Amino acid sequence: MNGVGLEIAGRSFDSRLIMGTGGFRNLEVMAEALETSGADMATVAMRRVDPAARGSILEVLEEAGVFALPNTAGCFTARDAVTTARLAREALATDWVKLEVIGDDRTLLPEPADLLEAAETLVADGFTVLPYTNDDPVLARRLEDAGCAAVMPLGSPIGSGQGLLNPYNLRLIRERAAVPVILDAGVGTASDAALAMEMGCDGVLLASSVSRAQDPPAMARAMRLAVEAGFEAHRAGRIPRRLYAEPSSPTEGLPELTWPPS
Amino acid sequence: MTVVLINGERRELPRRATVEAAVRAAGVEEQGRGVAVAVDGEVVPRGQWPDTRLREGQQVEVLHAVQGG
Repeated sequence: MNGVGLEIAGRSFDSRLIMGTGGFRNLEVMAEALETSGADMATVAMRRVDPAARGSILEVLEEAGVFALPNTAGCFTARDAVTTARLAREALATDWVKLEVIGDDRTLLPEPADLLEAAETLVADGFTVLPYTNDDPVLARRLEDAGCAAVMPLGSPIGSGQGLLNPYNLRLIRERAAVPVILDAGVGTASDAALAMEMGCDGVLLASSVSRAQDPPAMARAMRLAVEAGFEAHRAGRIPRRLYAEPSSPTEGLPELTWPPS
Repeated sequence: MTVVLINGERRELPRRATVEAAVRAAGVEEQGRGVAVAVDGEVVPRGQWPDTRLREGQQVEVLHAVQGG
């Protein structure tokens, strides 16, 4: 793709849609949805090995040509997140990480102080850090200043499907950031993804809206189209919002059709 | 006999067993591709598995990538 792909830390991706792999019924449905999504990057989590488990997600991603981005989901402290990132680097042989530090188990909102601390530690350790962050412009700037390769603000809580609850904050983050801004979490349906892209986000990361949809591969395709449509619309430049109508047909050359003339 | 916790389960390994042995005991086969290990919260790089001996009561976590995020 010419100039339409996503570039993060010098690495190019064809798709601006990043898929989470959580919540799919099985690896087969996931593989099918990945294909229709067009995504070439997808997140994975690090968990204890289960000898009874069937299939390897890494093999599925490898076969599909999808880059596996490990996350630190489930970590509530900077220390745990840093250790998890280092374990992921060992297991997956990548120094990329989607950094998550959760501060509250009901909302799954990020823990800002530990998030920043973990980001600083991991950047110093040579990681390419993609932090899942609150939609807070100040925190987003701090993360960028800490050397993160992108910032990934939430639209609304993980899995809530509530869409973009604070477009104003997202816009402020977009205006100030020099690194890619990726909307991460909260997408419920295709219009949410399109809206994020129309606002100028560089990409969208989503999982539940596809994996828990009634037809995940079909929703994955919808998300692909939405991200592409939103991106193109943003590039094309929308018209301003007006209070009153503006005719789209010429007002000159209108015939006089009232008879007799008044 | 050395008793350690492997992924939260109490396991008996031969005395002076290595991390490598703990990885096998966790059910990982062959070279353990895609697997990472922490002992007492510290990462043990793959190259050190055969030489790192476990002590009584140590906590071994053997992880791999799963669906998530």
